[in-house]
Amino acid sequence: MKIRAQIGKVLNLDKCIGCHTCSVTCKNVWTSREGMEYAWFNNVETKPGIGYPKQWENQDKWNGGWELKGKKLKPKIGGKLKVLAKIFSNPDMPEIDDYYEPFTFDYEHLQKAPESKAQPIARPRSLISGERMEKIHWGPNWEEILGTEFSSRRRDYNFKEIQEEMYGEFENTFMMYLPRLCEHCLNPACVAACPSGSIYKREEDGIVLIDQDKCRGWRMCVSGCPYKKIYYNWKSGKAEKCTFCYPRIEAGEPTVCSETCVGRIRYLGVMLYDADKIKEAASVKHEKDLYQAQLDMFLDPNDPEVQAQARKDGIPESWLEAAKNSPVYKMAMDWKVALPLHPEYRTLPMVWYVPPLSPIQAAAETGKMGMKGIIPDVESLRIPVKYLANLLTAGKEEPVVHALKTMLGMRAYMRSVTVEKKADESILKQIGMSKDMMDDMYHIMAIANYEDRFVVPSSHKEEVVDAYGERGGCGFTFGNGCHSNSEPDLFESKSTPSRRINSLFEKANDERLKGDK
Amino acid sequence: MNNFMFGIYPYIAVIVFIVASILRMDRDPYSWRAKSSQLLRKRSLMIGSNLFHVGILFLFFGHFVGLLTPHELYTAFGLTAPVKQQVAMFSGGLFGSIAFVGLTILIWRRLTDKRILNNSSFMDILLLVLLYAQLILGLMSISISAQHPDGSSMIALANWAQHIVTFRSGAADFILHEHWIFKAHILLGLTLFLITPFTRLVHVFSAPIWYVFRTGYQIVRKRS
Repeated sequence: MKIRAQIGKVLNLDKCIGCHTCSVTCKNVWTSREGMEYAWFNNVETKPGIGYPKQWENQDKWNGGWELKGKKLKPKIGGKLKVLAKIFSNPDMPEIDDYYEPFTFDYEHLQKAPESKAQPIARPRSLISGERMEKIHWGPNWEEILGTEFSSRRRDYNFKEIQEEMYGEFENTFMMYLPRLCEHCLNPACVAACPSGSIYKREEDGIVLIDQDKCRGWRMCVSGCPYKKIYYNWKSGKAEKCTFCYPRIEAGEPTVCSETCVGRIRYLGVMLYDADKIKEAASVKHEKDLYQAQLDMFLDPNDPEVQAQARKDGIPESWLEAAKNSPVYKMAMDWKVALPLHPEYRTLPMVWYVPPLSPIQAAAETGKMGMKGIIPDVESLRIPVKYLANLLTAGKEEPVVHALKTMLGMRAYMRSVTVEKKADESILKQIGMSKDMMDDMYHIMAIANYEDRFVVPSSHKEEVVDAYGERGGCGFTFGNGCHSNSEPDLFESKSTPSRRINSLFEKANDERLKGDK
Repeated sequence: MNNFMFGIYPYIAVIVFIVASILRMDRDPYSWRAKSSQLLRKRSLMIGSNLFHVGILFLFFGHFVGLLTPHELYTAFGLTAPVKQQVAMFSGGLFGSIAFVGLTILIWRRLTDKRILNNSSFMDILLLVLLYAQLILGLMSISISAQHPDGSSMIALANWAQHIVTFRSGAADFILHEHWIFKAHILLGLTLFLITPFTRLVHVFSAPIWYVFRTGYQIVRKRS
């Protein structure tokens, strides 16, 4: 047994209101740069929908993740030789239009336009070519709140084995939000696909990063990642991805998306796992067993044997302590309300999701839906259980039903406590929980205080790095040490001239001014 | 003049090539990349890039082997100069044509597609033009070679290359009387070496052949 620790994450979809605060704060911090306008390390999708980039979940189309060939686990884009054969042009890579063409508006025109009969407008312009865009066809969140017609959204991969036609009808429609970020997998396919060996998983906290100085821009990781959470920076020619805000994590702070989540849906905590089991867990024969296989890798932080082995493997005491209070462990292992996103990709993802309940209370009270005892029947929820199972458990419905029942049970129980002033013990029996467990779950999932959501131990960097050498450092830079790109630009560090696009703007404006006269 | 161009310029080109490459790797590793534009336009790249790379890689290694292998080695294997020249002309012509078609598509793509053009640096375009010129010169030289089927020109050129890489004097004299197309092809070739560290061509050094030898797939880094 080789124990490693990872900062895992859980998103409680039952509380997500789709406000995009996570996406916006993430963008402001990490991707508000040229070449990365189109990239959202964190984005929120409305489901059902084909998502961003288009149909990212469909691995018949993009060949991301792993597949089992006989008994051997191989990246779906192919073995090493096949990856190298694709290096001149990669057939499995999305084009910018599969995400969306980044654009801005000619705002200057609003100020410079001469007097005219019609009101001046700011028309869209591509940030890539600098050309006029007559019509915007797609955007980062084009399907927001079930935007676009159902004929497009029905291509959602999670409708597998579902008669999706009926959900196109207004009366039967349903929706939910799905915030997405890098899964920081235990068996990352991006790492496997990178021919340069520039992507790596950090041993101490499991964060998957790209070494920007080693990345050569072969762009195989973009295809390898089944979640399409690695982005090719078309300005710099390098791949970039969610960093899990590692400078914050190292300091014991939550990631920006977690910190700013107004719905308090995000949880961070330490997970201990057996690294020797990775291959075995990712190679189980049946996709539906992958969820259980991953659960079997996680180790009980309260087990003295696990603690002893963890100490031997160099995990600091503060991390062991944090693991005991990890909200992620509780939700994934103790209560089994959190589930992995698409375990069938065999990457063993580490950002898990609590499935959403649909609006049911009113329907339940008017007798419009089935009840099981005092708890509404999960099977009659608005969002089909099969849909959630396709999303979270490779189609296995029992874990989803269990999670939903537990949450419905928590609601019913707390209702009996606070409204009827008499705890209904039968509910506890029905969902198989003790009173203490229920109180803890209520505290963490419903109240969700800051310190309960984020149990992040600071890294012990001082043990390996001499902090004295880091004083007065330049922090986060793009190559070139502390220097910004110096003139003259001998090695094309600037790579592509942004001035050209700016001058195109001006030229276009001048031409229009002439035309207006 | 002949001595400068073919006796001294090769050393200038190679020294700049090596020193500047090391400097770039050491001082500015972030700038070292293939700079693919596939994300911006996929379809036009698929055929063009594959054809070009297959062709140019064969040509590169073909020149390498053809010019630097001592002639005695061929004769030891019973390969006479005229036959060797036939092989070189045929294979070079074939792969040169493949690369030519590919590069034509790539140049057309770079110059007519606004997405690509507006994100090209001066060096990106210059490089394509120089490679195109070099490829055309190389293909033209086949017809010149056809006029000397005895392989004498080929041996003269190989002698020049072998004298250059073994630091022997008098290398330039071997090609004093060769056709201007050969000379232009050599000069442009040396110039391509000279500018390599300042262009995206550096990605050639990083061809990730080591990937094949990686044990397993995963990479885990310890704190250090």
